Amino acid sequence: MDVLNALVALSNFVIIPAAAYGAQLALGALGVTLIYGILRFSNFAHGDTMAFGTALVILVTWGLQALGISLGPLPVALLALPIGIALCSVFVLGTDRAVYRFYRRKRSEPIILVMASVGVMFIMNGLTRLVIGVDEIRFDDGARFLVTVQQFKAWTGLTEGLALRVSQVLTLVITALACWALFRFLNRSRAGKAMRAYSDNEDLALLSGIDPERIVRLTWIIATALAVTAGTLYGLDKSFKAFNYFQILLPIFAASIVGGLGNPLGAVAGGFIVAFSEVAVTYPWKKVAGYLGIQSDGLLQLLSTEYKFAVSFVILIVVLLFRPTGLFRGKSV
Amino acid sequence: MKKLLLASAACIGIAGAAGAEEIKMGISLGLTGPLESIAPAIQKGAELAMKEVSDSGKLLDGSTIVPVVADNTCVDAAASVAAVERLVTAEGVKGIMGGMCSGETIASLEKVGVPNGVVMISPSATSPALSTIDDKGFFFRTAPSDARQGEVMADIVLEKGIKSVAVTYTNNDYGKGLADSFANSYKEKGGTVTITAAHDDGKGDYSAEVAALAAAGGDALVVAGYADQGGSGIIQGALDTGAFSTFVLPDGMVNDTLATKFGDQLETSFGQNPSAEGEGHDKFAALATAGGFDGTSAYSGEAYDAAALMLLAMQAAKSSDPKVYKDKVMEVANAPGEKIYPGELAKALELIAAGTDVDYVGATSVEFVEPGENAGVYREVDFKGGKLNVIGFR
Repeated sequence: MDVLNALVALSNFVIIPAAAYGAQLALGALGVTLIYGILRFSNFAHGDTMAFGTALVILVTWGLQALGISLGPLPVALLALPIGIALCSVFVLGTDRAVYRFYRRKRSEPIILVMASVGVMFIMNGLTRLVIGVDEIRFDDGARFLVTVQQFKAWTGLTEGLALRVSQVLTLVITALACWALFRFLNRSRAGKAMRAYSDNEDLALLSGIDPERIVRLTWIIATALAVTAGTLYGLDKSFKAFNYFQILLPIFAASIVGGLGNPLGAVAGGFIVAFSEVAVTYPWKKVAGYLGIQSDGLLQLLSTEYKFAVSFVILIVVLLFRPTGLFRGKSV
Repeated sequence: MKKLLLASAACIGIAGAAGAEEIKMGISLGLTGPLESIAPAIQKGAELAMKEVSDSGKLLDGSTIVPVVADNTCVDAAASVAAVERLVTAEGVKGIMGGMCSGETIASLEKVGVPNGVVMISPSATSPALSTIDDKGFFFRTAPSDARQGEVMADIVLEKGIKSVAVTYTNNDYGKGLADSFANSYKEKGGTVTITAAHDDGKGDYSAEVAALAAAGGDALVVAGYADQGGSGIIQGALDTGAFSTFVLPDGMVNDTLATKFGDQLETSFGQNPSAEGEGHDKFAALATAGGFDGTSAYSGEAYDAAALMLLAMQAAKSSDPKVYKDKVMEVANAPGEKIYPGELAKALELIAAGTDVDYVGATSVEFVEPGENAGVYREVDFKGGKLNVIGFR
């Protein structure tokens, strides 16, 4: 019984939240890593693409809700997501046409593209605030919990409770689906193979008749779809606030670099590594240890929670020192 | 030539001292950043007072006020210093209504305000550290220090019979100052603090913090953070995982958004924030509504008072020079004298010009204690029935 209690406490506070957060980071990191692999620059505007896309999804959600549409226990935002992705893709393709294409044609250094993306980031930042404002917005409807703490306790009779939210399950399921679809697309489809070829060697790909502009468009659309999905899931799980999407850029970059920039598998692994290291290393084991029969007056906390970001960056530095291309052999930074 | 220059310089000097002028007043707020949602109401509060004084035409023989707004970001001390530097050196402001958050206020005061001799009155920086800072008389605040709020909060918690709490604070000068003053006072009065853990604002995920707080335990969770930032992230996490159900909420957390967001989940939670009751408060709320904004928004009234105090002090000193009028701020703020409420700034300017003493009460019952901060009345609130209820004042 006590072992079960320990396990439930650990799942409730560490495993479930970290897995959901890790999945959101992984989706974001996938987008960053795709842009890096194919367009060859770190897209700083990615966080704000998430924010802008999510803002569009919220607007569509409101529209659908006004029409009286409901998905029962699932949030309406899922229905709005494809429309939001389409709208946001149009916008992102517009920025490519207006900004990045110019530098790409000139074959500018990656750092120039990075700086251009910082400019795009500020513009999207402002646009998002103009469109939807600075306030925190909750747009999750439907059921909030699959299992609440009280229900769980009543069912199992354990002293520890376990909560499982609909948004957490949705996040994990959709992330798994998105990864499966993306890997299948990259490995099996003609367009996916063309993208990989373009990523490996631009000139050779050109010689074999691959249209570079088409690859670029496809990359932007896929990256935007991933970003808006990540942003919407994150917004459903926590809440939407334009400022938070700017802040989440840092862990997303950490995740994609740890995994190996340009390597999609690495991005997924990196997302979970960053999330679990943030939550697990700073977890006080007092309660869990108590259930396992080890009583302690101290909190049995390895590091205080202030250091949670330090943990993911220490991992980042160690990885870069010993494997500069990341855990999954991406491109060196 | 030299004489001519000197003479014209002297003329300008005299003109500046006596005749009507256009006085630029700085407003330094975090218009972007973690508190961007409450900044607009603060800005409007300050501008309302400036407009009232301008329109009256009674300040220093008909001087007018031009507000100059700067975005200090609230979290980035370097950005705040740069913004305030611009106000002082490029715009030549005669006083600054700001800063907004404690950390950036300390930085901009030490690096710009004091060296350049510009008066700064903050509506919302509440860190105890600002009480002991060497401000050379240039800094005041219409918000009370958190040293006092910590004591008030400890009393309220103990009166509810809660003997052990976990504390989380937003990782900045405000949060740390408030958490420390609460923890010290609570322990002295016999309570137990199981853990004091910081959380950072604007972060993606608060699972780690909630996990730590839950593992340490306690009958209630004190959240010294911001309602539209990490504070509500922590509450959300704690509610979802069933870690805590009672929250103690100080000023940064007490507002209606929290009530709308969590509704009846905050049934047993309570808190307090500095807020005046009575005539001044109601008058300001009415003025604000007429001006098209919400006067009950946090620190909006404090901003009105901060701006009004600087302008009244100018009138009392017969000069818009901050080095001169800084000595008059305490005088116009405190008794004795005729009480001045919001909307009565024209009357106050007349009285001062006629040599009558005034006692500025304003929107927030201003009564300055040394070293130039509001003594502070706290409003005790709870969240029964899914809304913010005021229980009493202390």
